[in-house]
Amino acid sequence: MTYIGIIITFVFINNFILNQFLGLCPFIGVSKNIESAVGMGFAVTFVMAIASLTTWVVYTWILVPLNITFLQTITFILVIAALVQFVEMVIQNISPALYKALGIYLPLITTNCAVLGIAFISVQKRYNALESFVAGFAAGLGFLLAILLMSAIRTKLDFEWIPKPFRGIPIAFVTGGLMALAFMAFDKALLTNLIG
Amino acid sequence: MFIKIIFSFLSVTVLGGLLGLGLAIAAKLLAVKKDERIELIESILPGANCGACGYPGCSGYAEGVVNDGASLTLCTTGGGVVAEKIAEIMGETVEVSSQKMVAQVHCRGTRDTTKYAFDYRGIADCNAMMILYGGDKECKYGCLQGGSCIAVCPVDAIGRDEQNRIWVDKDICISCGKCIDVCPTHVMKWVPYDADYIVACNSVDKGALVRKYCSVGCIGCKICEKKSGEGGFIVENNLAHIDFSKTGDRTAAVTSCPSKCIISTETALPEIIAKKETLEVNDKT
Repeated sequence: MTYIGIIITFVFINNFILNQFLGLCPFIGVSKNIESAVGMGFAVTFVMAIASLTTWVVYTWILVPLNITFLQTITFILVIAALVQFVEMVIQNISPALYKALGIYLPLITTNCAVLGIAFISVQKRYNALESFVAGFAAGLGFLLAILLMSAIRTKLDFEWIPKPFRGIPIAFVTGGLMALAFMAFDKALLTNLIG
Repeated sequence: MFIKIIFSFLSVTVLGGLLGLGLAIAAKLLAVKKDERIELIESILPGANCGACGYPGCSGYAEGVVNDGASLTLCTTGGGVVAEKIAEIMGETVEVSSQKMVAQVHCRGTRDTTKYAFDYRGIADCNAMMILYGGDKECKYGCLQGGSCIAVCPVDAIGRDEQNRIWVDKDICISCGKCIDVCPTHVMKWVPYDADYIVACNSVDKGALVRKYCSVGCIGCKICEKKSGEGGFIVENNLAHIDFSKTGDRTAAVTSCPSKCIISTETALPEIIAKKETLEVNDKT
């Protein structure tokens, strides 16, 4: 599959939130206003891209040669958690501005299932190193797209009259469900039409 | 089989150990030098994280003071005392007035005393009500009673009584000024903490007009000026206000005020029946 194919697949067709239903916690929790949603979206994109690449390295160079691929869950969690901590330290040192933008969100997504999910999917689909990286990046962009749309809708919802039992999180879930329905329009046909 | 168990055990142990060691080394090498004054200032600040200074929380303000040279007197909650302590840490001096200010609603109009132009049905938010012909009261200066100040108050110092009037508990108020910023009619105003009376009206309409739509509004008759000149009563723009730097006796003016709109802030607050939980007054639709 070409790289463009991978990007379209993970942004639209297999959107992590609206199609695979992974990473719903930040999707509901950090989508109250657009600013923090964008910060969260970029942090997830960043972490997913490098986590996908690193777990590919760990899987191909350590787990496969030793024939212990059944340990992938625990090693991936270990590696991703350490990686996020390390990246946080590096960013804090190199670019305080970037740290301010992403920093508070990084610890939140250390063990997010969307990040672990992309690592598994990359392994499952037998991507090579670059493909894994692109897949992680694209899945992050898909997350960013979904959370950005969600926050835009939720800021509007603040000014609408909503039946009392639905206020807050319930209406957010209903909205998320409707968005997922809309995203069902993107399927394999889109991919074949676009890149043949 | 046995060798696989050994391999699994060893690889996870080694990987975990190496990562842990790597993080420990990285933490030492990449440690960010934090200015210790930031922590000192943060420990002095009230910690209410109200955001009145314009920074995100107290730690944000502490960083702002040390790194960006922010003004030392921005913390309204801590007031003069905190500003002086911050100045001590920063090695500077500040001129501060130690007078604590609190917010008060300068309107007591209810459905019984004030005429309403129409019946408002919409979201319970003063700024939304303001957009609709300046609110549902005929008086366009008074309290809209939408409760935006109640929603925005970080310490829950504001509540409403059974007649929907809004009251500020000055002992809970931390002077953050958020309610004053959010209030569209500017009926929420600063008064000194130790002020004994306030003129609870904000209407600058002429007396005859005020009389038509509100029985507890200030009509600008200047009786308070005559009765208690020493008390600092001044009538400007058909509205009385008090100059709190004057300390003369104010009771004569209070008792003789024809519309009884000069009210005490010392007496106990009426029973507050609703705080944040019930902001549903106008949600009838």
